[in-house]
Amino acid sequence: MSDLTLDQLAKGDALPTFGVDVTATTVILGALASRDWRPMHHDYKFAVERQGVQDIFLNTPNQAAWFERYLNDWTGPKGRIGRMVFRMTKPVFPGDHMLLTGTVDDVSVDEAGCGWVRAEISLTVDGAARTTATARIALPTTPDDNPWDRRGERWKP
Amino acid sequence: MTAQDTALPEDVAALIGKVQYEKRGDFPAERGYIWTSCASVQNGNPLFWDEALAEELTGGPIAPLSLLSAWARPHYWAPGAEGEQLSLQVHFDLKIRFELPEAIMTDNTNVFYEPVRLGDIVTSRQVLRSVSPEKRTKLGIGRFWVIDVEYHNQDGALLGTESYTGYGYRREATG
Repeated sequence: MSDLTLDQLAKGDALPTFGVDVTATTVILGALASRDWRPMHHDYKFAVERQGVQDIFLNTPNQAAWFERYLNDWTGPKGRIGRMVFRMTKPVFPGDHMLLTGTVDDVSVDEAGCGWVRAEISLTVDGAARTTATARIALPTTPDDNPWDRRGERWKP
Repeated sequence: MTAQDTALPEDVAALIGKVQYEKRGDFPAERGYIWTSCASVQNGNPLFWDEALAEELTGGPIAPLSLLSAWARPHYWAPGAEGEQLSLQVHFDLKIRFELPEAIMTDNTNVFYEPVRLGDIVTSRQVLRSVSPEKRTKLGIGRFWVIDVEYHNQDGALLGTESYTGYGYRREATG
C-alpha cells in the first residue's frame, strides 16, 4: 500500500485500475456486512419477480465500501476521505466483472492548510458505466502531515 | 423519463425539512463488523488491521468511513419488535403513502467528519428534502425523493451526513 503525498499528484493523473469478479457471495456478504437486510440484496426470486431486475445486486453502502477500499489502496492509510458522491445508473450483479478506474480532477490546499484531491471514479462492467463517483480525499501535504489530526474548523470536507 | 403530474400532497409537503426518526443505535461500534466489512470488499488498509498504526494515525482503532450507516441500522429482529425493522423509514413511508411497491436508490452523497471509534453509539435522524412529480422510467411510474440522514456519536459530535435519492415506482404491465 502506498503513502501518497499531495505533491506527487497532478490533474489528469490516472488511478490504478482494479477489477473483481462479482459473485452472489460478494453481493450478500456486502449487504449483511452493512446490515442491509432488504431482500433484493440476497433473494434472487424477490429481485427478479418483484424488482424486475435480472438478479440480486450490490447495495448502496457496499458500493461505497468498494470505493473507499479502492481510494485507500491508492492513497495509503493517511488518505482521509471527506466526501463521496455517486450515481448508480445500473445495478451490479453476480457474474459481472467490476472494473474501477479513476482520474485526478483537481489538486488543492484549502484555507486551513489541508491538502485535497478530487478524483472522478467509474465503476464499469464490459466497458459500460454502472456507477460514477466523485471523491474528495485529504492527503498529507508533507510526509509529517496527517489529515486524520484535523477536526473542527481545520476539517472542511 | 417523462413527468406525469406536478401535485405534491399537503401532508407530504409538510414533512419536507422536518427532522424525523431520531434513533439511537442498537449496539456500540465493534470490531466484528469492521472486519466483516473489510472482508466484504477485500480492504487491506492497515488502519483497520494494525493496532499500532491505528494508534499512531488516528489515536486508536476506527471504523471504515463507509460503514457509518451500519451502526444506526436496526437488527433484523429484536424481542418485542413487530414486522420488518427498517433503517431508512422515511423512504418506506413514502412508498406506502404513494402506493409505490418497489424502490431503488439512484444517488448517494456521503460527507465524513469525526470517524466512528470502537464503543461509539451512533444516533441517526432523517430529513426529507424533496419529492418529485410522477415520472416514468424504464422501471415503471413513480417518484424520486431525496432524504438526508445525519449521524452523531454519544458526545454529540457530527460523524457524517448521507443524502439518498430514491425512486419509488410501480411496474407497468408488459406485452
